[in-house]
Amino acid sequence: MSASWTSSQIPLALQDVSLSFGPVEVLREISLTISQGEFVAIIGPSGCGKSTLLNVLSGDEKPSSGRVERHGQVRMVYQQDGLFPWQTVTENIALGLRFLTDERERQQQIRELVELIRLEGFENHYPHQLSGGMRQRVELARALAGESDMLLMDEPFSALDYLTRLRMRGDLARLIAERPRTVVLVTHDIEEAAQLADRIVVLTERPASIRRELMIDAPRPRDLTDAAVVDATRQILAELDIGSLSEVP
Amino acid sequence: MKAATLRSIGLPSLVAVIFIVIWAIVSATGVFPPSAFPAPDAVVKAFWQEAASGRLFNDIVTSLFRVSCGFLGAVALGIPIGVWMGQIFSARIAFLPISNFFRNLSPLAWMPFAILWFGVGDAASIFLIFLSVFFPVVLATLAAVAGIPAVHFRVARAYGLRGWEKLTRVTLPAIMPQVITTLRVTAGVAWLVVVAAEMIAGRDGLGFAVMDSRNGLRTDILVVEMFVIGVIGVLIDRVLVQLTTIPSVRWGYER
Repeated sequence: MSASWTSSQIPLALQDVSLSFGPVEVLREISLTISQGEFVAIIGPSGCGKSTLLNVLSGDEKPSSGRVERHGQVRMVYQQDGLFPWQTVTENIALGLRFLTDERERQQQIRELVELIRLEGFENHYPHQLSGGMRQRVELARALAGESDMLLMDEPFSALDYLTRLRMRGDLARLIAERPRTVVLVTHDIEEAAQLADRIVVLTERPASIRRELMIDAPRPRDLTDAAVVDATRQILAELDIGSLSEVP
Repeated sequence: MKAATLRSIGLPSLVAVIFIVIWAIVSATGVFPPSAFPAPDAVVKAFWQEAASGRLFNDIVTSLFRVSCGFLGAVALGIPIGVWMGQIFSARIAFLPISNFFRNLSPLAWMPFAILWFGVGDAASIFLIFLSVFFPVVLATLAAVAGIPAVHFRVARAYGLRGWEKLTRVTLPAIMPQVITTLRVTAGVAWLVVVAAEMIAGRDGLGFAVMDSRNGLRTDILVVEMFVIGVIGVLIDRVLVQLTTIPSVRWGYER
């Protein structure tokens, strides 16, 4: 696929990364190695520093101490409003294909991506003319366009309603299967993490450090009701000490 | 004709007719002498005279020329300066207070200096119109630039938009809706200012014509000029409102 990494290279690694904003300690000694093609979900209580961690991974934020190693092209997928509202679906997706000098080739790729996100007929629509789910699909297409190696997703579906969110999970799993990428997904949705990820990193309250890592070996894509998904959900809920109604006296 | 169209044309026409009828009745009662309150038919007659003589047309062209020069000059200079100030924090700190000061200083207060520096004629009016448009445009542009969500610039960086491309594909499109709104407001102000400026610092133009009619006690012509000034003001806004229909700026006016 991409020439910017070789199989021996680790696309992303953090070593003892800490970060403080003034007196506020946000991240504490986080070490995390992400392998090529891996899908890692990071979950944790709200306000714990998940998004800050993602910004460190993307390079938008520099750690106060520790090392960050990054190889290859990283692209962010935002919660909402990450698209340029003054550009059409086609123009937004084309932003990810700027390196292509051949216009025919670019048009061809845009067509493929629009098909991939099933937005045929909406090519010339602007973001404000689309539903929230459609907009997030365009974001995905833009991030997947061209030669990107890694997607960093900041609660990409949290602004959507529940059913749309479920559908978007399926779409994401399908897109990643068709165009394999290393993915880091920050979410507060445990089910989402369990359904999509190979590995779930559970963070502590702020200052965030890694509380637990959980591997899910079942092959992707998985059903929401897959035994591995249910089991992982249960383990995380137990880890976070929530959701066990049966034990309430 | 559909009911909705009938209503949108019929009702405003009805209001206009009622307005003219009341005007005719008041002038017919003779409360005011005809020289102070011209009747509608006298005004219509004066309109055709003025139109036929060509003077009205010349005054319209003169005023529109001055407004265009002052307005376009202020916009051409004000938008780049506003973008610059919006992007550079220390420039904003340095120039914001003085810009606010001039923004709130009536451009008409400059009139004596305008005449001293430029004499009576085009330049004085253009100068006053420039002042009335320049500062509001600078301030609105800088506020719009400073308010662009940071996520747009992060995306720009992630996809390799830098320098000129960042400016033309992110910064400028992001402020367009607000800039267009400002253009509409300031064009209206400029049209108000040109009339006032020409009344004092002009030898022609619609503002001068108003003063001239007053001095000649030709209130019938005065009403013709007032009518023309109002209609042109509305037309200027009708033209500028077309900018809001550009597809790539619609997002700023919806939702």
